[in-house]
Amino acid sequence: MEIPYTVHPREDTGLYNAKLGIWLFLASEVMLFGALFSSYILLRVGAAPGAWPHGLLNIPIGTLNTLVLITSSVTVVMAWASLKMNQLSRFKIYQSLTVLFALIFVCIKSFEYHDKFTHYEVVLKDGKSMTGHIEGSPMFWNLTKLNANKIASITFTPDAAHGAPDAKSEGTAASSAHGEPTKIATSDILKLECFGPFHNTYLAIYFTLTALHALHVIGGAIVIAYILLTAGRWWKKNPEQLTNRVEVSGLFWHFVDLVWIFLFPVLYLL
Amino acid sequence: MQPTSHANHAATHHEHEHHELGFLQKYVFSTDHKVIGVQYAITALIFLFIGYSLMAMMRWQLAYPNQPIPLVGGLLEAALGQVAAEGKMSGDLYNAFGAMHGTIMVFLGIVPLAFAAFGNFVVPLQIGAPDMTFPRVNMASYQSFFVGGVIMLVSFFIPGGAAQAGWTSYSPLATVTPTAGQTWWIIGMVFLITSSLLGAVNFIATIIQLRAPGMTWMRLPFFVWAQFVTAFLLLLAFPPLEAAAVMQLMDKVAGTSFFLPTGLLISEKVAEISGGGSPLLWQHLFWFLGHPEVYVLILPAMGIVCEVLCNNSRKPIWGYKSLVYSSFAIGFLSFIVWAHHMYLTGMGTAISTFFQTTTMIISIPSVIILTVFFISLWGGSIRFNTPMLFTLAFLPMFGIGGLTGLPLGFNFSDIHLHDTYYVIGHFHYVVAPGTIFGLFAGIYYWFPKATGRMMSEFWGKVHFWLSLIFMNAIFMPMFHQGMGGMLRRMSDGGVNYSLAQNSDALGAMSDSLIKSNVHVSHAAWALGLAQIPFIINFFVSMWRGRKVTSDNPWDATTLEWQTPTPPPHGNFAKPITVHRGPYEYSVPGQKLDFTPQNQA
Repeated sequence: MEIPYTVHPREDTGLYNAKLGIWLFLASEVMLFGALFSSYILLRVGAAPGAWPHGLLNIPIGTLNTLVLITSSVTVVMAWASLKMNQLSRFKIYQSLTVLFALIFVCIKSFEYHDKFTHYEVVLKDGKSMTGHIEGSPMFWNLTKLNANKIASITFTPDAAHGAPDAKSEGTAASSAHGEPTKIATSDILKLECFGPFHNTYLAIYFTLTALHALHVIGGAIVIAYILLTAGRWWKKNPEQLTNRVEVSGLFWHFVDLVWIFLFPVLYLL
Repeated sequence: MQPTSHANHAATHHEHEHHELGFLQKYVFSTDHKVIGVQYAITALIFLFIGYSLMAMMRWQLAYPNQPIPLVGGLLEAALGQVAAEGKMSGDLYNAFGAMHGTIMVFLGIVPLAFAAFGNFVVPLQIGAPDMTFPRVNMASYQSFFVGGVIMLVSFFIPGGAAQAGWTSYSPLATVTPTAGQTWWIIGMVFLITSSLLGAVNFIATIIQLRAPGMTWMRLPFFVWAQFVTAFLLLLAFPPLEAAAVMQLMDKVAGTSFFLPTGLLISEKVAEISGGGSPLLWQHLFWFLGHPEVYVLILPAMGIVCEVLCNNSRKPIWGYKSLVYSSFAIGFLSFIVWAHHMYLTGMGTAISTFFQTTTMIISIPSVIILTVFFISLWGGSIRFNTPMLFTLAFLPMFGIGGLTGLPLGFNFSDIHLHDTYYVIGHFHYVVAPGTIFGLFAGIYYWFPKATGRMMSEFWGKVHFWLSLIFMNAIFMPMFHQGMGGMLRRMSDGGVNYSLAQNSDALGAMSDSLIKSNVHVSHAAWALGLAQIPFIINFFVSMWRGRKVTSDNPWDATTLEWQTPTPPPHGNFAKPITVHRGPYEYSVPGQKLDFTPQNQA
């Protein structure tokens, strides 16, 4: 039994099966991310006035990551075009670049995550609160953890005062605007929490959206890498099907890119 | 000559392949759409039985509150421990069973049976395709469904038990209920959603790409159209629930507050959460799936009804295009009616008005479909065999279910009826004697194609009449109870709100309303017993049933009857070309009263 139209398009629809399949799949992905974006809107509209945080993320790094991902979309197209032009070795170069860019994207993203997990808000029992970093950059500390590990005090480097011109660049390179490290006794702390997803609903949707997107990047990169590694064999067996596979995985890759192009302004800029 | 010889070659090639396939490859890890359809059917029937059993135990608690459950009480205590102490059903256990009854029936019973099982088995045959477009994706779909089902079942036995917050899993209740069951529920749902996503992509691609030559869109049997629209609903409505499930999972395990408002009290203490979330958000996302899901449940049954009805009234369908366009209208409108489940949430009267309007509009295509079926019977020479009986019963039963939905769709009457047994009566009329009767019709109708043997007519009729009587005996009194103010989800059947215990309370329920619980429960157990003839008939007929004498025992026109019986891997013995519409019965001038679609 042969299933028709696996390689060549059906005449009246103009599509081969996998291409239709991936478009349908992407339609459902639009609904998935659409629901999360809608949730973002609903949460933001429903937030108490002034409660929605701004400037928590590092815009230059986000921009860099946007560029990385857009470039990878270009290399995907070039890889497909190379196959169309019967140039397997150029295809391999371009598609290796795609995987490389995917890795770079994920690395940068994990640095950003790490930044958030080592950035703290501390509320003292006298009512004062500040944000900053704990010496040694530990992740996910909180009061329960301090007490459980019998840590009597932490050395806390507060961020520059809120509203300062460079408040947005906090969390990156140490800047002179940062306050002096101070010692805070655990017994004085009312609440200690890093900027993880539990910190507020903005960070919750930020982490959920970007993590889901990162999973898509990783999944897409694995598929593209797999096709790349088996390309030589497929090229000999059925070059047209290989080209189709590259096209289909490329469509998915463009979608992943497109999601990020929406994510970036929504989460970083607005 | 070319294609024929090619087909012969392919056919011999297949036989060759067939002999080499081991049991595992042929029946367990099969990529054949028919085997996957049967796998879905059997698994779904088992889940329907499990879902029924949960309810049968709950009905004991409703009829005889806080008395040990006979027969299975001890077993429950041994398996689940404290929640079923002394064989009695605790409130927690009642809640868990209630939540899982809904979940299992909808996501593991009806949808897999109506969409995946029938769709898989019948759609490729009816459009003249050798298989689904993506056979391995199809297999993965079943496996994902299976894993999801296992996760749901295992969750009963974890400490704290299964999810307890209803099949709708409203937050914050679902989030703060102290059991990991909800987390299991979410993970199970993610597998089920993945399964239906893979299935939906496959169905749509198959119907678009693999129609046989000559099978134009308007020659598709209505069953295929119904599955096509259903697949789109699954494809587009499930992802928002997946998004919601991910967020609820984050709330449960990562401490976020997507659905948890600021100042949330848990056990009279302010919860230590960031707050700022919205409980309404969950409801919106859930019902964005939930309402299209209703049509996922009903459309495949309507498709089956159309096939059986035309075949047994020996008439073409009256208003084929109306049917097709109505199902599209339903599909589209079902995405903009969801908030009629939320009139009482305080989302605002303006929004309610919008959704009330769309809800009334969506009843129009449903009525058109039902009307088309009724008119198609007019002047037919009807054969009253078992599939036809179930089909004929579907019409008024779905009618009752649909019409009783109108008072729920108006927000002013919904205020009174919301969350009462009236709602339960309404949607069970749609799904139980509605959809399930349609599915039974389908099982009796396509059984000979799948097995080469007929099911017993006598026992089929016994099964039908008993089911019809007891279905109505269960769900009709619920309208009465609901209008009398009996709320759903009360684990004692409302005894604490009875006049007997609160003689001076305003709105307390009369004895007759409470007593109805007993009658309903008896009818529910009787309905279970009424399925025994079906189960025995099903298995006995598989090996002992009367053998079919032709590939087309019902004298049907559609393509699934033009294959060998049972159809081999690859389906058609030779390439098939379609020359006519799907329901050419009793065409004047023809020798026979049916003209198969592939007849030139």
